[in-house]
Amino acid sequence: MSPFNLAAINFVWLPILPLVVVTVAAMAVLLAGVRVDDSESEGLGLLTLASLAVAFVFTLGILGQYGVAFAGAISVDSFSAFFELVILIAAMFTVMMSLDYAAENRIPGAEYYSLLLFSVLGMMLMAAAGDLIVIFLGLETMSITVYVLAGIMRRNAKSNEAAIKYFLLGAFSTGFLLYGIALVYGATGTIKLGPIHDALASGAMGSNPLLLAGIGMMVIGFGFKVAAVPFHMWAPDVYEGAPTPVTAFMAVGVKLAAFAAFIRVFMVDFASVGAHWQTVLWVIAALTMTGGNLIAVVQTNIKRMLAYSAIAHAGYLLLGMAAGVRSGPAILYYLLGYTFTNLGAFSVVIALERRGEAGNQISDFRGLAARQPLLAGAMAIFLLSLTGVPPMAGFVGKFYIFSEALHQGYVGLVIIAVLNSVVSAYYYFYVLVAMYMQEGGVEVERLSARPALVAAVGLAALATILIGVYPQPYIASAANAFHSASGAEGSHSAALEP
Amino acid sequence: MGGGITLNDFLVLSLIIFSLGLVTVLTRRNAIGILMGVELILNSANINYLAFAYYGGGKYDGQIFAIFVIMLAAAEAVIGLAVVLAIYQNFKTIDVDAAETLRG
Amino acid sequence: MTTWYPVAVTLLVAGVIVGVMCTINMLIGPKRPGAIKSEAFECGNPPSGSAWGRFSVRFYLTAILFLIFDVEVIFLYPWAVELRYLGMFGFVEALIFIAILCVGLLYAWQRGALDWD
Repeated sequence: MSPFNLAAINFVWLPILPLVVVTVAAMAVLLAGVRVDDSESEGLGLLTLASLAVAFVFTLGILGQYGVAFAGAISVDSFSAFFELVILIAAMFTVMMSLDYAAENRIPGAEYYSLLLFSVLGMMLMAAAGDLIVIFLGLETMSITVYVLAGIMRRNAKSNEAAIKYFLLGAFSTGFLLYGIALVYGATGTIKLGPIHDALASGAMGSNPLLLAGIGMMVIGFGFKVAAVPFHMWAPDVYEGAPTPVTAFMAVGVKLAAFAAFIRVFMVDFASVGAHWQTVLWVIAALTMTGGNLIAVVQTNIKRMLAYSAIAHAGYLLLGMAAGVRSGPAILYYLLGYTFTNLGAFSVVIALERRGEAGNQISDFRGLAARQPLLAGAMAIFLLSLTGVPPMAGFVGKFYIFSEALHQGYVGLVIIAVLNSVVSAYYYFYVLVAMYMQEGGVEVERLSARPALVAAVGLAALATILIGVYPQPYIASAANAFHSASGAEGSHSAALEP
Repeated sequence: MGGGITLNDFLVLSLIIFSLGLVTVLTRRNAIGILMGVELILNSANINYLAFAYYGGGKYDGQIFAIFVIMLAAAEAVIGLAVVLAIYQNFKTIDVDAAETLRG
Repeated sequence: MTTWYPVAVTLLVAGVIVGVMCTINMLIGPKRPGAIKSEAFECGNPPSGSAWGRFSVRFYLTAILFLIFDVEVIFLYPWAVELRYLGMFGFVEALIFIAILCVGLLYAWQRGALDWD
């Protein structure tokens, strides 16, 4: 009897069709773009955008399906579909921001757009993973491409520096994650998420030292990827040095994918040993919120400020994870709102940029309301949403996460979080004040010549308001997504039939 | 296995190599040196995978994982050297402390 | 620990033999150094330049391309061992795998990574 049980490999293409589309598109863009001049990469960008849209449509087909494919390597559920859809949206926004930016800054189009697509492939794999190998493969496909994207402006010293810092710390954190996975594999004897869940739920593990060490190292590994304090030191430098669309992609896409895998592994499969890791996450969440917000206050560069703000938001999300399974839907909803808000904010930052650094200082936003009232209005929406002011998406998300945590008795952590929100208001409002009450700043040029960027700002602003004002359907789909993950893995549902 | 080499021996070996990698990463200032430390960490994890696969009763997951880790190590080496080359062209050194224009 | 005893003995014996041979060589071997003897040995050809000289950075590209196909083999080995069992499914999967690698090679070729000049 051979060790490979081929009968168990249920050959279903549907769940991986979006992944296939993205892969083929990445290769096509790479080959088609070889002869394209760096300043004329818009066509490649549009091709990328179109293929992401196709993948989006195919992903909609997964919604409502339920099971595992490829012998358990791929989880087919609404959780995967939810994250894949949000990741694809984030990628489409990134491409819209990049169309003019890449051409103006002479970024090699073939490499840029195909790396972007490969990175999306990795993120989607992480969201759809059914075993730890696929999570690891997805993570590395995503990370390695983003290392290169961060340093894609080869002549720019800051871009280089961002790449080397991200690469060295990323590779280091990969080592921790890998070692942690090895120990969990040793303790449970399997790398498939379903069987791990069952092995832990049976209670036979107790506090196996291998398992505890493994979980601890996996927390460190994921902590680096979501930029949680004290594993955050790379984030501000990398966010500042990387090309701004790549920064947006890192702040949103990488965070989405890392949280998708983090949530699936910890809140679903390690849920039964929650006592072992929830306290750790409690501490990390408190540190992350406080550290991110306090350091953000003193920033003068908008990209650095948004980097620390992204760290702080990771803290709120970790608060949800620390509070336990009930917060799952709230975390997913929060991530949805966070995605649109942050993408929008970075789009405005790009609009203020002209060839290089101009526009990256917070002082450059002075008087923006007088010169570009619509752009300033959109930025105001994003900043209010990041602060958590009603009726924006950010408010509903924060409220939802905090109230679920309160219900489960995490009063201390919620108090820390609310105090942090007050601190965060200071630096978000500082930008608002600069835009509406001060004079000076940079001139924004040729906004009409960048239709894609304007569309990105507009769509993000609309979505930020819509998701906040009318949250019910999004909350419902977040809840549905989260519950489909926790249900699918517990019950070992039968593999999908073709 | 009798009195021969046990799973524990492999775990200790792996832990030693992991610690060596950790020390290398934390003390080196040279980008290539740090990369070598990372490779040590990856390979210590590989020892674990193979040991668990062997002593865990003929499960092949660990061996498959090890193959992917080898591939990752190769990919990381390539990307790392490419980034280091770009750094060298801009800064004329590969000391990571020299590349410190970003602060705050 | 007793199981490690033979290993220790082997190491000890090997160390002693090597040490003794080197010492004897040092003590009684003739020493006639010359310019030609101190040169690096390069397959019998007269050496050109120092072995510690810098290599062209273009070797780096060659090394990367080598690495791709070097690592490819570790994926093909397990497949080749179980080829009969995996059958057509495995065969097609391996073909897809190689095709994706070929896209990479094609890209490198188009970008001029294969041209030396």
